[in-house]
Amino acid sequence: MSDYRVLPGPEHFLPPAAASMGIRLPNPGEAHINGVITSEDKAYEEAARQFLMAKVPTIFPGPLVLWAWNEKAAKKATAVRHLFNTLKECVQSGQKPMLIPMPDYRPKYPKINPEVEINPNHPNLTIWHNKIDCCMFIGVHCHQANLSLKIIRGGTSCYTIAMCAQAGHEDAMLSFRDASVEKLMKLADTIKRLKGTVQPRLTSAKNGVSS
Amino acid sequence: MADTHSIIGTKNKKGQTYTDTWKMMNEAPRTPSFYTGSEVIKEAIRRASCDVMIAYPITPQSEAAALIGELFAEGYIGDYFRGESEFAVMSQCAGASFGGARVFTTTAGPGTMRAMENFPMWAGARLPIQMIVTCRGINSPLSIQPDTLEIAYLLNTGMLVWHAETAQDFFDWILKGYIVSEEPDVHLPLALCCDGFFVTHTKDVVNLTPADMCLPPYDPYRSPVPCMDMECPPVRMMRDPFVMKSNYISYATHASWQQEIWAAVERSRKHTIHWLNGLVDTENTDADIVIVASGTAVSQGREAIRMLEDEGVRCGLVKVKALRPWPEEEIREATKNAKHIFVPEFNVTGWLAKEIRATVPNSQRVHAGPHVCGGMTMPPEIIVSEIKTALGMKTFSMAGRGS
Repeated sequence: MSDYRVLPGPEHFLPPAAASMGIRLPNPGEAHINGVITSEDKAYEEAARQFLMAKVPTIFPGPLVLWAWNEKAAKKATAVRHLFNTLKECVQSGQKPMLIPMPDYRPKYPKINPEVEINPNHPNLTIWHNKIDCCMFIGVHCHQANLSLKIIRGGTSCYTIAMCAQAGHEDAMLSFRDASVEKLMKLADTIKRLKGTVQPRLTSAKNGVSS
Repeated sequence: MADTHSIIGTKNKKGQTYTDTWKMMNEAPRTPSFYTGSEVIKEAIRRASCDVMIAYPITPQSEAAALIGELFAEGYIGDYFRGESEFAVMSQCAGASFGGARVFTTTAGPGTMRAMENFPMWAGARLPIQMIVTCRGINSPLSIQPDTLEIAYLLNTGMLVWHAETAQDFFDWILKGYIVSEEPDVHLPLALCCDGFFVTHTKDVVNLTPADMCLPPYDPYRSPVPCMDMECPPVRMMRDPFVMKSNYISYATHASWQQEIWAAVERSRKHTIHWLNGLVDTENTDADIVIVASGTAVSQGREAIRMLEDEGVRCGLVKVKALRPWPEEEIREATKNAKHIFVPEFNVTGWLAKEIRATVPNSQRVHAGPHVCGGMTMPPEIIVSEIKTALGMKTFSMAGRGS
């Protein structure tokens, strides 16, 4: 097993892909935390804890759930909205949950509007601008998600969670695989259950950037 | 959009049953058949649920492209046409794959080199195209005989690279190759190489899966990048590449993109081990002498080992099946007891020996050879001679004709 750990950055001028450092993806029924394979149940707890601790917990829905291209996508989008509403209900005053879409993958030049969207080619701009310290990707094509997760790890201190519909993401600090409506609902339930038990780091937040 | 699992057990237009790949490859009855390597390629593609095959028939190296034209005529392939050149073929393969098709092509030698620009593009665009490379000489004066130098050029393209020893490997790996390269966490092109002529033109007994079973179709909706979309990367990257923008973000994005391709090669390791039963095969690796080889050099090495046994010299063997992903740990483990590591190769530069030297500790143990090239055969006697010379044993010179 690799000694490398996938941790919040800023890690490096050009951080390595976690896969090239020996981090392996979870098998069905598993998840990973910091690159260590773990049970899904443990991952739900940790993801919920990270959301509840964050000053600006944020969900980044991608094109696969933003557009109703099939029935499953539409249901998943409803579940994402439910998760976000749950998060809003469960955080304390001073915490600011956000829902910022990644509508497409086009490089946005000369400048992205980081208040309304995130882009895989320069996701750090949205993280920095909104002072996001914990985020979750869902519905982003895997290649684009890995691109984003690596850049975020390189230049920000944001904690990253991937709710992946396929095999998961080593470049996130925590990753689920085979994401479904049920898994989103279970995460929402876990957040609800842990409400009030986790102390938000309101005073120590590094505002998503290197201190 | 058809879910892959829901289609298992249903029939295609040719009456073949879409079959769970593991069952088809490991549990279905096999029929021994006496075929050339080119005919074996045809039989594998008959069972591969291939949507598009694009050909630049580079006979006499391999008849496979022409034979697959027959499959199209029989209705087993969705579309089939001939490109204007090897470069055109590989570009057209990219177009078909961008559009969500399972794509197959073949090439060899100078054709591989002419089309080379496309291969990193395929990998960068995450296109799971399968390309058979029936290796032949690439330099002037040209040779249609086997020479594996072109593999060295493929190793850093970001493609998966496997090297088949036999026609049986070829048959099985064509089918398994699609499954590995289409995994969403991999989704890379596969260069499935063999030593041309030796494998393509000679007949061998190959155990075939039933012709009425075929692979489940490719599901492009599991791709890690969107299907053809002119406004989104990777297609947009090619008409509006990052490198055209001179700023840090553009370079960082491109760098991260390249890392992701090689991360996908790493991810293929788990799937390749599962489907090929390991990245290497090993025999007697507790011996002081180990031969490490890929392709038909493995067969010659095996025969050399038998001949050495007759003289009381015990040798081990490592058959390298996958070159990308590179079996670094496996080779270290298999050679940990070896005092001498011999790497016979069918090329002049010894690229496999260089890879092994960079992998194992105490690399002075690696003897880069024997080499033959330009289409020469490799009699097992020259491997025996190389080993005996290194051990200080008496050996006889093998003079070529004309010496």
